[in-house]
Amino acid sequence: MAIAILCGAFHKHRGDTGGARDSGFGVREQIPEPQTPSANPRPRIPKRLAAYCSLLVVVFIRQAQAQESPYIVTYDHYLEEPGSLEVEYFSTLGTQRGGNDFHAFWTEFEYGATAWWTTEFYLDGQTTFHDTTVFTGFRWENRFRPFQREHFINPVVYVEYEQISEADKIIKEVEGHDVESDHADPNAVLRKQYDHELEFKLLLSKTFNGWNVALNPLATKSLSPNDPWEFGYALGASRPLALKASPNRCSLCRENFIVGVEMYGGLGDAGSFGLHETSHYLAPVAALNLPTGWTLRLSPGLGLNDNSHRLLLRWGVSREFTGFGETARRLFGGGR
Amino acid sequence: MKTPPAPLRVPALVTLSMAGLLALTVSFTLAQMKSPATPKDAQSLYAELAKVPEKARAERNPFQGDPEAVAAGRKLFEQHCAECHGSTAEGRRRGPSLRANEVQQAAPGALFWILTNGVVRRGMPVWSKLPEPERWQIVTYLKSAK
Repeated sequence: MAIAILCGAFHKHRGDTGGARDSGFGVREQIPEPQTPSANPRPRIPKRLAAYCSLLVVVFIRQAQAQESPYIVTYDHYLEEPGSLEVEYFSTLGTQRGGNDFHAFWTEFEYGATAWWTTEFYLDGQTTFHDTTVFTGFRWENRFRPFQREHFINPVVYVEYEQISEADKIIKEVEGHDVESDHADPNAVLRKQYDHELEFKLLLSKTFNGWNVALNPLATKSLSPNDPWEFGYALGASRPLALKASPNRCSLCRENFIVGVEMYGGLGDAGSFGLHETSHYLAPVAALNLPTGWTLRLSPGLGLNDNSHRLLLRWGVSREFTGFGETARRLFGGGR
Repeated sequence: MKTPPAPLRVPALVTLSMAGLLALTVSFTLAQMKSPATPKDAQSLYAELAKVPEKARAERNPFQGDPEAVAAGRKLFEQHCAECHGSTAEGRRRGPSLRANEVQQAAPGALFWILTNGVVRRGMPVWSKLPEPERWQIVTYLKSAK
């Protein structure tokens, strides 16, 4: 419904106005003058836009329960099901000593390209209280599963490119000598500085007797040649509250809750590897997987040393759209 | 890791790699839109059952004959499997029928093993993220779905 309204709004906008407008990237676009009612009594949605809207509407009515892990920073070895799209929104409410507290947020679009490859696109932003709200950049991550079967430990290779400003505060990972004081400056100062980074992780994970245990060592390299390699880690353990499904469809039964804990922090850089001047967090995590396809997550992260934010309260909501690829196939005429 | 505000230039190799990866993403997405699976594809998928190790094949289903497990398995199947295999396991373009003789005559342990390990090359993901009892509940449902 929301998408239909959005598409309708766009329709009206295009029908009402002419002249120039700002495209949002500092470029003035020339919009053609609308045709007179006699020439074209019914304003028409461009075919491509109609197709996109139809795609979204169709996708939005598909329902399937997700079985998402409760981790927010740590990754297990499970990839998105092929053809499924998961749209996620996360918030991080952080305390800041020597500056203003902040609310950082990001949106993820996670798509299962194959059973061994998941690709994901992030958009980040933040509001610093008594300061401003800024868009802080984007990330594009890819996860590859090298082995066909389950093993004693299951590795997944993670590669990410990110282009974010120093004002980015989502703290999706902690690396190198990232510390709380990095975030104390006003947004006007921080947003002038940019990182272009490649990030590599090895996601090691095992599920046994209902418990998932995951360890993610990471290494990042800024594309600025003088910056060193930086290192960090994340680890987590989680378990559903019940291992057996109940026969009836239910929202709040124990099998839908997964709880656990995760820990993450920096390990210095190539010039000074270790725990000196690094920050670390311990965070209980909980997820509720609803039968409607929605997943809710909550995680209060506690800073473990003086370099860490005292509290990172995170929550997130996500929705899995199974059969996204199939729907796209139908819409674009790829077989019957 | 702070860099000066001067604009950074992304090396050509990185740009090319990213462009290549993007092209791969598009091509795999398009590959998912290809023509429907043929009976021959289904046969080759059923052939995966023959590759299950003997030890796994011999495992007993702890819920065999349990009507509650059938109901729970059906619910789990609808939540996680029906998208590819059809709401009554009749099969669809992306997943073969699980009512076929090859599946119905397979040992429960073999089905459990396939569910746990997936057939990743052929598009079936691993389902070991479901707890072991839930996977057995799905197997119980499948064996009842003749």
